[in-house]
Amino acid sequence: MKFNKSLRNIFLILFATIALSACSTGKKSQTSGDVYTGSDTIEYLASGVKDRVFFATNKSSLTSASRETLRKQATFLRKNKKLNVTIEGHADERGTREFNLALGERRANAVKDYLMTYGISGKRMSVISYGKERPVNTESTPLAWSQNRRSVTVKVK
Amino acid sequence: MKRLITSLFIYFIFIAKLNALIKVDITRGNLDPLPIAVSPLHVEQSTEKIENIDVKKLGVNISSIIEKNFKSTGLFNPLKKEAFVQKPDIAHLKPRFEDWKLIKAQALVTGKLSVSKNKLKVEFRLWDLTASKEMIALAFTTTPSNWRRVAHIISDKIYERLTGESGYFDTRIIYVAESGPKNQRVKKLAIMDQDGAKTKYLTLGNELVLTPRFNPSNQMVTYLSYFRNLPRVYLLDIETGKQEVVGNFPGMTFAPRFSPDGKKIIMSFAKDGNSDIYTMDLDSRVVERITEHSSIDTSPSYSPDGKYICFNSDRSGLQQIYVMRSDGTNVKRITFGNGIYGTPVWSPRGDLIAFTKVRKGKFYIGVMRSDGTGERLLTENFYQEAPSWSPNGRVLVFYRETKSGPQGKGFSAKLWSIDITGYNERKIKTETDASDPSWSSLLSK
Repeated sequence: MKFNKSLRNIFLILFATIALSACSTGKKSQTSGDVYTGSDTIEYLASGVKDRVFFATNKSSLTSASRETLRKQATFLRKNKKLNVTIEGHADERGTREFNLALGERRANAVKDYLMTYGISGKRMSVISYGKERPVNTESTPLAWSQNRRSVTVKVK
Repeated sequence: MKRLITSLFIYFIFIAKLNALIKVDITRGNLDPLPIAVSPLHVEQSTEKIENIDVKKLGVNISSIIEKNFKSTGLFNPLKKEAFVQKPDIAHLKPRFEDWKLIKAQALVTGKLSVSKNKLKVEFRLWDLTASKEMIALAFTTTPSNWRRVAHIISDKIYERLTGESGYFDTRIIYVAESGPKNQRVKKLAIMDQDGAKTKYLTLGNELVLTPRFNPSNQMVTYLSYFRNLPRVYLLDIETGKQEVVGNFPGMTFAPRFSPDGKKIIMSFAKDGNSDIYTMDLDSRVVERITEHSSIDTSPSYSPDGKYICFNSDRSGLQQIYVMRSDGTNVKRITFGNGIYGTPVWSPRGDLIAFTKVRKGKFYIGVMRSDGTGERLLTENFYQEAPSWSPNGRVLVFYRETKSGPQGKGFSAKLWSIDITGYNERKIKTETDASDPSWSSLLSK
């Protein structure tokens, strides 16, 4: 009986700690499915034009948020006709190296194809896959992995 | 009654074993490693020092490499030298079997060496202490700087005699040496002896390099390099250091391996988001497309007879392993278990395919028959992949990465080996962090 009570106290304390730590980060869930929906790690090609989109595990399909980002990139690229870009495809560290290289290439091409449907010439875009070689968040957590499953549009200088 | 029969049966086996020459069963685990005494090789004094090699110590050094090799197999238990009962030179002439048996040794290695006129002459004998017989006697002559290889070759000869299978000690491992933070890893090609000695770096680390693999004669390496930010399959001549791009592909080529005859390189070529498998003949430069599918096809590996190719594809939705004829026909999926499969690599014996499996957030190294049956998972970890076979098909080397904390703290990558029995898991010491190991074939055949 006494044991039960102390056990319950421990649970209460544990629960409070978990609740507190959740509050202290002050953020809601940053993924939907397992696609990253937060704004950490993102950089901007121009004001309001995000440089990257995120993917679900093993997937290269574009979410509606990704398509919105890419439409803004397309608008930006149409305005800056002399600018060429490299589209980098990346994977998280939870896959085998060779498959991840292929996956990164598929993700980068999904982005390139979408930009082409908005009138950007394929000649202005080169594609490179880094597989799991260049993580942006180096921690081994589901959140970090979601930030690493990405395709980044980089200006060619 | 039943017990009596069992004990009688054991008795008969015991008798049978007494009359036979000692033999080590390598198809089972390391439950009962064979006690073996490796006597230091007797040094017949000639030259004191040659090419910075202390000749006096050579006898002890060679025998300790042999011991280390034996210990690493998990099949042998090298006995402590303090207990040795005879001087090396006398033991080499004629061991007192009774005395060696007293220290519970079942096999004894003896030898002697001499150096003269820049020639190292080594002679060794393997003795079966149970049957009081000599099992092998061999002599080699080589240059003194080759003394480590001599130790490995002796180890191979003894392993072969005691297990009935060829050894794997006179071999090298090529791998990727890693350093620096996790998001900006510096990677270099490195090569070392199978036991971790004699590490040599083959690239400078200016560009990212991945997945090196030996050709059958161990003189060439094919690998992926990001030279000028163009990820392509390269060919490197280890002796001359000469490098060249393989083929003229308008996009990323990756996941290269040699064909068993060494004449072709098989690899993936990624175009417009689709990776398929291609080969290129190294003499004629003729490129052949092997798979044509809208899915990812990668990690190809030939069967040792060159007739089949196993590879990794997600054509069923998730990563699975497939086998096809080497012309690309008759594609068959062979993995149907829970989880996803990658990095298939055909055993040099032809019987098994080693692979990486990912299931419920855990990574496994496993083996299965080439039709996908008989799957056995050998080791489970947070992250490990890319098995490569020892030339006798008994041991796998692979790499393992640790889970990292914030800012990548605590991250490391190391080489490990495990027997296909699932026993004898070992970390292989490397100067730096390491990944993507590839095991050579025997250097002296």
